Amino acid sequence: MVYAGSEEGGGLARSPFAIKILVAGGFGAGKTTLVGSVSEIRPLRTEEQLTAPSVPVDPLEGVEHKTTTTVAMDFGRITLREDLLIYLFGTPGQERFWFMWDELAHGALGAIVLADTRRLTDSFPAVDYFEQRGVPFIVAVNCFDGAHRFAIGDIRTAMDLDDHVPMILCDARRRSSSKEVLIALVEHAVRLVSAVA
Amino acid sequence: MPAPEDSWPDEAAGPVVRPYAVIRGRTRPRGEPNLDLLAIITRTWRVPSDLWTLDPEHFSLLRLCIKPTSLVDLASDLDLPLGVVRILVADLREHGLVTVNQPTMSAWQDDLPILREVINGLRRL
Repeated sequence: MVYAGSEEGGGLARSPFAIKILVAGGFGAGKTTLVGSVSEIRPLRTEEQLTAPSVPVDPLEGVEHKTTTTVAMDFGRITLREDLLIYLFGTPGQERFWFMWDELAHGALGAIVLADTRRLTDSFPAVDYFEQRGVPFIVAVNCFDGAHRFAIGDIRTAMDLDDHVPMILCDARRRSSSKEVLIALVEHAVRLVSAVA
Repeated sequence: MPAPEDSWPDEAAGPVVRPYAVIRGRTRPRGEPNLDLLAIITRTWRVPSDLWTLDPEHFSLLRLCIKPTSLVDLASDLDLPLGVVRILVADLREHGLVTVNQPTMSAWQDDLPILREVINGLRRL
């Protein structure tokens, strides 16, 4: 992420360079596991808009202007150097969190779409979203114990994925495997950026 | 009947001061574009002069951003919702007590060397 340069009167220390990476996928695809295996998990709360289905159970009399409530988010940080940081954000899969995606995707280097072969369709909304917004992404197929192993080509066909989108198999519980996923994403982003440059 | 010391609210009861009470019910900062999640906040060397307008949370923020710190890290360290921290930061900025370095959304072309450093850094993890 490029910064606009410090405002006048800034502190003496140099600002760190921070990179944002999103981890998307359906419910139970392993987003929290991946963020936890490769980064330092940090607590983070944000606001959720109260949507129509939740309004009747929330007593809003007298607080008519309240339209949000707070929710916890998957958030992790990798400190490569004191001034070089990677921030991982799990993008909540449920429909009521869609409003958060635009903010999360804003300025992101790229996204990892975690797919579970037992519920491939759950990853389609994320794929559609990143394709439409032009956010670089890769698909990481989380190989759960007992899940039937498919050939990558078959999964690619089932997901109707463009040829240029990398797809890799991973085990989100393993740090080394999650690291490979991150490296694959950054390499993909570098290829895309280099192609334009 | 529980002993008096048992009747104090514990952590499970949630914060004693509700998050939005900290910012007096405000939900958006005045006239500010939303701070980016990765905006870097840095304390200036200006000394707070109108102390009575600052809350304990403002001072906690000031302590944290002696070292340039991202908005998300501040929210995480203070265990306050992002929206609350955005407003606290905007307050401090208005007083000239912090500066904000917002990321620009360029296309990364100028950052290729850094991205390669990131790949090498990840490999070494």
